[in-house]
Amino acid sequence: MKKILFDRIDEPGLNTLAVYERRGGYGSLRKALKMTREQVLDELLASGIRGRGGAGFQMGKKISFLPKGDMDKYLVCNADESEPGTFKDRELMQKSPHMLVEGIIIASYAGGIDRSFIYIRGEYSYQADILEAAIEEARAAGYIGERILDSEHSLSMVLHRGAGAYICGEETGLLDSLEGKRGNPRLKPPFPAVEGLYDSPTLINNVETLSTVPHIMRMGGAEYAKIGTETSTGTKLVSVSGDVKRPGNYEIELGIPSREIIYGLAGGPPDGREVKLWFPGGSSAPVLTAEDLDVPYDFDSLAKAGTMLGSGAIIVVDDSHTVIEVATKLAKFYAHESCGKCVPCREGTNWTVKMLARIDSGEATPMDLDIMASVQTQIIGNCLCVLGDAMAMPIGSMIEKYRPELEAYIEQARERAGSGALADVVALGVADEHAGPMPVH
Amino acid sequence: MAAPPAVAAPPAVAPPPAVAEPSDWDIPALAPVPRFGHGSRVPGWDDAVDLTKDPAVVPDPATTSVPEDLRQTIEAAMARYPDYHSASIPALHAAQGKYGWLSPDAIAQVAAVMRLTPAYLTSVATFYDMLVTTPKGLHDVFVCTNISCSLRGADALYEAMLVAAEEDDDITVRSFECLGACDIAPMASVDGDYVGPLETGDAKQIVDDLRAGRTVLEAKQLKRRPSADPGARAQ
Repeated sequence: MKKILFDRIDEPGLNTLAVYERRGGYGSLRKALKMTREQVLDELLASGIRGRGGAGFQMGKKISFLPKGDMDKYLVCNADESEPGTFKDRELMQKSPHMLVEGIIIASYAGGIDRSFIYIRGEYSYQADILEAAIEEARAAGYIGERILDSEHSLSMVLHRGAGAYICGEETGLLDSLEGKRGNPRLKPPFPAVEGLYDSPTLINNVETLSTVPHIMRMGGAEYAKIGTETSTGTKLVSVSGDVKRPGNYEIELGIPSREIIYGLAGGPPDGREVKLWFPGGSSAPVLTAEDLDVPYDFDSLAKAGTMLGSGAIIVVDDSHTVIEVATKLAKFYAHESCGKCVPCREGTNWTVKMLARIDSGEATPMDLDIMASVQTQIIGNCLCVLGDAMAMPIGSMIEKYRPELEAYIEQARERAGSGALADVVALGVADEHAGPMPVH
Repeated sequence: MAAPPAVAAPPAVAPPPAVAEPSDWDIPALAPVPRFGHGSRVPGWDDAVDLTKDPAVVPDPATTSVPEDLRQTIEAAMARYPDYHSASIPALHAAQGKYGWLSPDAIAQVAAVMRLTPAYLTSVATFYDMLVTTPKGLHDVFVCTNISCSLRGADALYEAMLVAAEEDDDITVRSFECLGACDIAPMASVDGDYVGPLETGDAKQIVDDLRAGRTVLEAKQLKRRPSADPGARAQ
């Protein structure tokens, strides 16, 4: 497969304008500016490209939702890549920042937008410096500013550094943070396309999505749509991490078997180990087991398998780790990052951590798994944003798929802590078969 | 017939005290939860509710002295946005860069330049992990302990890092959520420079390099790492 985003990505100096232009950079922008806004939008719609940040919404449609007219409109590039396991945007911004800048200019032209922001997470200071230099170069060359390349299109671009909060990757949380507030998500609707940054229509896209835009313009939307599957077009950067021999970013054509990514590209788990479970789309995606390794890696096939492609981050866990260990790490992360605005998320993540700790300390009975599962179902869909769901979905799927292992773990932990055998507790007949000791606290 | 005794004779043997039968399914006693004043588990939970104090107002620029470079940085940041509130995070970053941490004085200085109340800026500063409102060292070491790194031994690395920097007040070691570099797991961000994959033995080297003012772990810097995708190199 011919690489699109990762084509000679390691070329020295690709982060500078000179090398990028020598490779044909900003040619797509020149081509786009000779077309009308509607023609550019038609190309993006024809490409069928779906958002690469997590939700997988069609980018062209998102632009077409923006109201027409002369009001202030904003484009915000979401570079707050905080989903555990995801690191594709980091490599793109570090090695080819002009690709993103060019994509933002073209997308803003299609949407009739004249102000843009890049919200980059504060931890990526090195990448932010590179991006800032690239924006400066593009401005000096006349690609950013008033009347770009003598067209009617004008655009300003500001790089905004965040300060470390997972929730600011959520689009409305990001907008609040960009407005200088705590990054609390907002009620939707109104959606950002109607009322976003500074209450104005706002287009928010991920770094990878916007970086693909110059290539769509170069190849033509219809040509781009030939790559991948019918509903998941194009290529995707996949970040493979965890228990694999060669972790890293790989550009794949959407629709190839997941096994090919995990075993073929990333080398599979260490020798003598087996894949136990894997997250197909960042830590927020429901987990899949070793039996699901042949699921085609695209948006719809993964949705059919009960999970999601998300940000395209595959985390592989081999059989040397327990499910409890993974679940506890996740739950602690989401409890720490919950902004606290909605009760089901704030309390649900917190109590899930406590219940997992209870299992580990040998105080739990299988009834705790039922309670924990019911907490997860009560979080999903009940909050302003999906942070709580992002914990509830993987934890819920772990309880569902690994119940025998979890029950065995509970038994072992009780033995370790000297809490007495589960059978004795059940024999007391306090309740039904999932009986546990009466609360003593 | 003998009259009944007026007072019942005390029983010869006192009944055994009512003690619950110890059983093998009792949950062992939990360690007591550390408590702060007023029984709270959260230190300083009532700091902000001193009702005798007036609410803090926007500091008077005439009496709040702000270093010129900090003022210029903040004003430049404010000028970049349609709404000056947006500059609060860049401004707090700048103040933290200057003073090392966001002391009440530092926040007051930012507030004076931005014409905001210190309470507003404190609410922002306490939301974000990278803005620190308690004193910290000159150097930050963030050890990623999230899922991908912990699968590859990040917890041991964090412990080793804590031990290695124990004696040094200039180095603040924190465990951090996913830093977005799972390809070099387990990893750490040392003053913003990503290094990995690390072993527990590297902890001492990081501390030594920081003390000597060298580039930390030159060979393990993320900047020098080529792409993992073989196709990206071959073409």
